[in-house]
Amino acid sequence: MDFSFSKEQKKLRQEVRSFLEDELARELWKPACDAWIQAYDPAFTKRVAQRGWIGLTWPKEYGGQERSFIDRLIVTEEMLRYGAPAACHWFADRQIGGSILKYGSEEQKTEFLPKIITGEIYVGLGMSEPEAGSDLASLKTRATEENDCYVVNGQKTWTSGAWFTNYIYLLARTDVDAPKHRGISEFIVPMDLPGISRIPMIDITGTEAWNDVFFDNVRVPKIYMVGEKNKGFYHVLEQLAYERGGMERLMGNYPLFDALIKFAKETNYNGKALSQDTMIRHKLAQLQVEFEVGRLFMYKVAMVMDEGRAPTVEASMSKAYATTFEQHLANTAMEILGPYGSLWAGSKYVPFEGLAAHSYLGSKGYSLQAGSTEILKNIIATRGLGLPAS
Amino acid sequence: MNLVLSEEQEMLRKAARDLLEQRCPKSFVKQMEQDDKGYSPELWEEMANLGWIGLVFPEEYSGSGMSFLDLSVLLEEMGRACLPAPFFSTVVLSGLSILDIGSEEQKRQYLPEIASGKAIFSLALIEPALGYEPKAIAVEASPDGNAYVVNGTKLFVPYANIADCLLCVARTSKQEQGITIFLVDAKSPGIKYTALETMAHDKLCEVVFDQVRVPKENILGQLDKGWPEVEKIVKRSNVAKCCEIVGNLQWALEDTVAYAKDRKQFDRPIGSFQILQHYCADIYTYVEGAKLSAYQATWMLSNGFPCDKEIAVAKLWITEASPRIFNLAHQIHGAIGVTQEHDLHFYTTRAKAIELGYDEANLYREMVAKEMGLA
Repeated sequence: MDFSFSKEQKKLRQEVRSFLEDELARELWKPACDAWIQAYDPAFTKRVAQRGWIGLTWPKEYGGQERSFIDRLIVTEEMLRYGAPAACHWFADRQIGGSILKYGSEEQKTEFLPKIITGEIYVGLGMSEPEAGSDLASLKTRATEENDCYVVNGQKTWTSGAWFTNYIYLLARTDVDAPKHRGISEFIVPMDLPGISRIPMIDITGTEAWNDVFFDNVRVPKIYMVGEKNKGFYHVLEQLAYERGGMERLMGNYPLFDALIKFAKETNYNGKALSQDTMIRHKLAQLQVEFEVGRLFMYKVAMVMDEGRAPTVEASMSKAYATTFEQHLANTAMEILGPYGSLWAGSKYVPFEGLAAHSYLGSKGYSLQAGSTEILKNIIATRGLGLPAS
Repeated sequence: MNLVLSEEQEMLRKAARDLLEQRCPKSFVKQMEQDDKGYSPELWEEMANLGWIGLVFPEEYSGSGMSFLDLSVLLEEMGRACLPAPFFSTVVLSGLSILDIGSEEQKRQYLPEIASGKAIFSLALIEPALGYEPKAIAVEASPDGNAYVVNGTKLFVPYANIADCLLCVARTSKQEQGITIFLVDAKSPGIKYTALETMAHDKLCEVVFDQVRVPKENILGQLDKGWPEVEKIVKRSNVAKCCEIVGNLQWALEDTVAYAKDRKQFDRPIGSFQILQHYCADIYTYVEGAKLSAYQATWMLSNGFPCDKEIAVAKLWITEASPRIFNLAHQIHGAIGVTQEHDLHFYTTRAKAIELGYDEANLYREMVAKEMGLA
């Protein structure tokens, strides 16, 4: 048993911190909550790529560094701590690259991985549909074989950053007669193919967070099918473990936590610092305890990844846990700030640039996206504990 | 970073589980609940012969020179078995404290006695006023020639009724911090024991000191400067208690899941109902958090790293998680779980007792707050 980081890992963390500190000092961006999914900054992604921090775990032959998932977690943990604008490369680095690596053809690996690593390919997710949320396998988007193409028709939803990504990972039905889980295939689709359009969706915070993406007779070359035909649903289940297995959902609002602690130290209330009030101190200490436990969950997930196993159960647990933490964090921030908590960024009197209001509302979605807490608990119970399917 | 136990630790775990499954069935636990001594001297001797009691003490004091992390493996298995024995009080509360702060002479005198299973020790710390602050200590030790005379009442002293030696935390000065730890022969004239009736039958005692004479050389550590040592003892004990309770919680998880798979209502296992599945998932999550945080604190303490925050995190998490786990475990078990026919009650009561021992959530919250830099 060893809870320490190696010398190289400590060095890596320090390098990422110094890089981000320097970026902040140069005012290249502002720390923000959920910047990993909402802040698209190609120049930042390029600078991260130059450091070699994208595709860190991938084989050297494709430009990766064959480092561990713990190392990758160190990098992403720091990105999240600083609220850095990493959305361009996040999905490809987290799950799509790994998926291509595991199931893709050699041509796909050579075409996509090096360009993800250099920060040129940004991939969005085309999984959910209006009628296929938690029941993902009931998706209806069709991909019909026609000569050297699959012709895609249908609608995807909740796609983050579709206005920005140059590729979309797509799940589509390739066999309508097979049982629903066994007729789905995976594709990686260039966003500039004719017939793809999108409509932005504004989330509860007023942010253009997602898109409906429409496919109207889109001809996708066959070479872009990832893995075996009709096996896509089984592949994506594994991919989802990687999607859920990071610190996004523990630290996506770290800038708020950080600001809240600072606020408590610096704000005077009845002649003393707010942080001297026992109730406030203990509320913040409670959050810290939950945060620290969550962090241990996350590192455990990375250890499972390093064993070469998809962390299906472990990531379900860590993600369900972490969203509860983040909702607790946002609630506590609102409680401490009172009416100031409701102020939007830009308003007169707004405390820490509206992070609290953003986080409070945004956090309602955390326990839904990337697997609702209910689905995650089903996985923990059936896959983790062997309870019979309901 | 890795969470894997060494081969030796795995062997130790297996040996402990095998022995305790055999020698400490619930019928034995139940029998000991009604027993005045509250433990089996034969089993105690066997544990000593296996090297368990001396496990963590250096070889020069007749121990096996293994680490606190190794010890935690045993503690977890003892928690899993609900073992009734003065192991915690003798090894963790007392032996490790003597090893930590005793003089060379004291270590040579006491540690081999402990390691060999010949002597049972306990710590007399808590008083009727409760609280883990020096001002809560009212038991007084006044100098009288070559001795100190101890007067006052201690509470919740585990296994004091059968102890050979007590570490007694007493006031030796009017200064608030003026606290000293004494090694007191438990059979000294003037000591009176009353066993307290507790829900976990864990042999907690009231110990009344009435003009008890303790030789000056029996001061453990320094005169008037004992409080920082007491704080260290309490922290270490809490880490050990966290390990013990992890064994307890893991059993509760396994037992509850097994029950949910086995018990049928409406012609199907109740574990196929989604609500109960989610209860089980919650229990699993709480237990995993307990394990990770307890192992982290144990590993750090075992390596001698500063770990106030990690100890506090483990203690606070477990104090919150454990009652939730048992509420859910009982809900899933239905009415049989609240009878004495089922084993769950052994764990419900012991987990609560472990949580309440050396507990002061606010103290730990303050430790975390301090680490966060909250003035």
